[in-house]
Amino acid sequence: MINRESGVYQTTYEGDMALYTLPLARATALAAVALLVLLPLPLWSAGNEHWMSIVNTIVLSAIGAIGLNILVGYTGQISIGHGGFMAAGAYAAAILSSRYDMPFLVGVAAGGVVAMLVGTFFGIPSLRIKGLYLAIATLAAQLIIEWTINHVTWIGGGAQSTIYVQNPTILGVEFDNEFRRYYLLLPFFLLAYFGALNLVRSRVGRAFIAVRDRDIAAEIIGVDIFKYKLLAFAVSSFYAGVAGALYTYYLRIANYEQFTLIVSIQFLAMIIIGGLGSVIGSVLGAIFIKLLPIVLDLTVVGVSENVFGVPYARVADFLANFQLVVFGGLIILFLAIEPQGLARMWFNVKRYFRLWPFSY
Amino acid sequence: MRIRTLSRVLTVAALVLGLSGALTAALADHEIVAGGQCDRTGATKLVGEQICPGVLDYVNLVNKKGGIEGHRIRYIEVEHGYQVDRGVEAYERIKREGGVAMLDYGTPIVYALTPRHMEDKIPGITPGFGRADATDGRKWPYIFPLAATYWSQMGAGMKYVKDSGARKGSKIAYIFYDNPAGREPLHVFERICKQEGYGCRTFAVPPPGVEMASQVLDITRRMRADWVIAHLFGKSPSISIKEFKKNGFPLDKVVSLVWGAGEHDILAAGWDTAQGYLGMQFAGVGRNFPVIQEIVKMYRDEGREVPATVGSVYYNRGVLVGALMAEAIRLAVAHEGLPVTGEKVRNGYRRIRDFTLGGLLPPLTVTEADHEGGGWVKLYQVRGTEIVAHTDWFHGYRDVVQDEVRKAAGKK
Repeated sequence: MINRESGVYQTTYEGDMALYTLPLARATALAAVALLVLLPLPLWSAGNEHWMSIVNTIVLSAIGAIGLNILVGYTGQISIGHGGFMAAGAYAAAILSSRYDMPFLVGVAAGGVVAMLVGTFFGIPSLRIKGLYLAIATLAAQLIIEWTINHVTWIGGGAQSTIYVQNPTILGVEFDNEFRRYYLLLPFFLLAYFGALNLVRSRVGRAFIAVRDRDIAAEIIGVDIFKYKLLAFAVSSFYAGVAGALYTYYLRIANYEQFTLIVSIQFLAMIIIGGLGSVIGSVLGAIFIKLLPIVLDLTVVGVSENVFGVPYARVADFLANFQLVVFGGLIILFLAIEPQGLARMWFNVKRYFRLWPFSY
Repeated sequence: MRIRTLSRVLTVAALVLGLSGALTAALADHEIVAGGQCDRTGATKLVGEQICPGVLDYVNLVNKKGGIEGHRIRYIEVEHGYQVDRGVEAYERIKREGGVAMLDYGTPIVYALTPRHMEDKIPGITPGFGRADATDGRKWPYIFPLAATYWSQMGAGMKYVKDSGARKGSKIAYIFYDNPAGREPLHVFERICKQEGYGCRTFAVPPPGVEMASQVLDITRRMRADWVIAHLFGKSPSISIKEFKKNGFPLDKVVSLVWGAGEHDILAAGWDTAQGYLGMQFAGVGRNFPVIQEIVKMYRDEGREVPATVGSVYYNRGVLVGALMAEAIRLAVAHEGLPVTGEKVRNGYRRIRDFTLGGLLPPLTVTEADHEGGGWVKLYQVRGTEIVAHTDWFHGYRDVVQDEVRKAAGKK
């Protein structure tokens, strides 16, 4: 007989303040981390760099999405400049490692810091304007950053605005294939994930939430809006910068065309589908947005050729557009089923199984 | 939503995914695998929708005729929607399937994939998608532009201008889309201008390139340019044609580089409006080539309607891609035998000599030092309702272009 607790009852302060208050949740989190660490093994033994590369791009996006969710989901400040902040981090890392031979970790840290400074600067308008108006101000940030990289030769490195970097090396290990690169990215992802989880339940995180829910009320109860709005921009763009820098080391090239406006909008889509104001939602959203088009591409073509017997060449245009229709349809479907995103869905599943099979 | 319904939906979804995955896993032997990315839905879908069928049709034609030395080519096309992430995924997918030759589609994707090509020793071809510096195969052994790069296009454009009567003091304007691809030929333009003593000015059109009234007004009324070199993408070429026409500028003095010279650009501007417009091509236009006729015949033999795009500007570029890939694989098999590897295909590309495909291609000769194949282009002009040849294959200012390539190879 398995006994299950009927509620959350803490008897110590440590227990109450723990990140995961339930033993089951702690076990799940540990198992998830272990799974993430072991994930490459089956792929590696199958020599499947393809799937590993997909996982890697998801991990990179998840880091960026967590950062954006801190700003948009937790603090309520809309930003369409996330791609721009990522570009700032990417170029900072690329310049340091290609021109000044700085090691990988310095490059990533510098990417984060530079993006943080840029992001904080462009966050200043948030003190005066809100909502859609702020969205337009951050849109300007995106365009200004793109323009600057494009036109300042020192930053962009010439007409092509691309800078190459070497494979990162740590303690003599060169990260030169998809599996190794995964282990390069994973620690940053875990840091970003658990860092964000801890941040949002701290004093700072509660201040963010207060600002989001009603900034005047927050100010009255003593939350320094000036400080916390800028802090949210700083933290968010630090995440973006780290993601951008990692992206640079992953592709071994910095090119601002990887961080255009459409990328910023994709990040917004990730956190909206994943769930605003949820760390795990950011990750689920990143998986949804990055994985689904690829899964569709792999299945739709396969189904058309093998089930319906139509050669790809005859229907390629249709299939490509059909995938977009399905993708868009699924976004609408998921949001219609659960407007609060995938995180809420995950929460509902957990709640259901807590009482299963004897729900009341 | 009820959890029970949700779990049912998920089960069905998992079954569908598993089934189709198992079905696609079926593979055949004795094939040579090549692959390429395509953009049928993204920023350049008008181009992708024509280039990619060109590649597929040519590969199909080769297979119909018995393949390469008896081996079929399996060409894997992967849609990436002009996104870098999906480009990486496409590359890895083709690599996993055993691809030995690849087409890289889109300038940012070409840049992002360059390190992978070099490490995995799989040659990537990038006709028209940039990387002028990759002309030097000693520095970039696995990147093949295989068609006139933007630098060579600029050199050729300036040569045409000179041959048509430009001399010291002539005023030449360069109007370009303000992105890396647009700026790539900028310094070649400025260098030739200085060398020839032209009075030159450059005009940037900021993305998304749908507003250029002030630039064109400046070119036609204030600068009073004698010649214009245009390097625009997407919707902007058609807008530039309309603006030049509106300002009374003779369109036969406007030379557009390769991405502003497709039928849909002319159509969007209006054929009437665009009369005389000069467009640069790195593959022939029209159906008057033996290989295009063979493709038309292939369609008719199968009892299918010949698509209207066959013979169009971008379709023929797709045929060029397929033909060069097939030729390199053929040379690899002929000289080094099976199994075909990326390295052998690279050597195959470097063995291409005077490969013209009955006039569809310029006399292409690829060497280790010249992965571009000579930088040949041809000007076509809009006359009536057709795009007709205006010059023969030519190239220009090779010394300047090669010097730039040398300089780029020396840079880190």
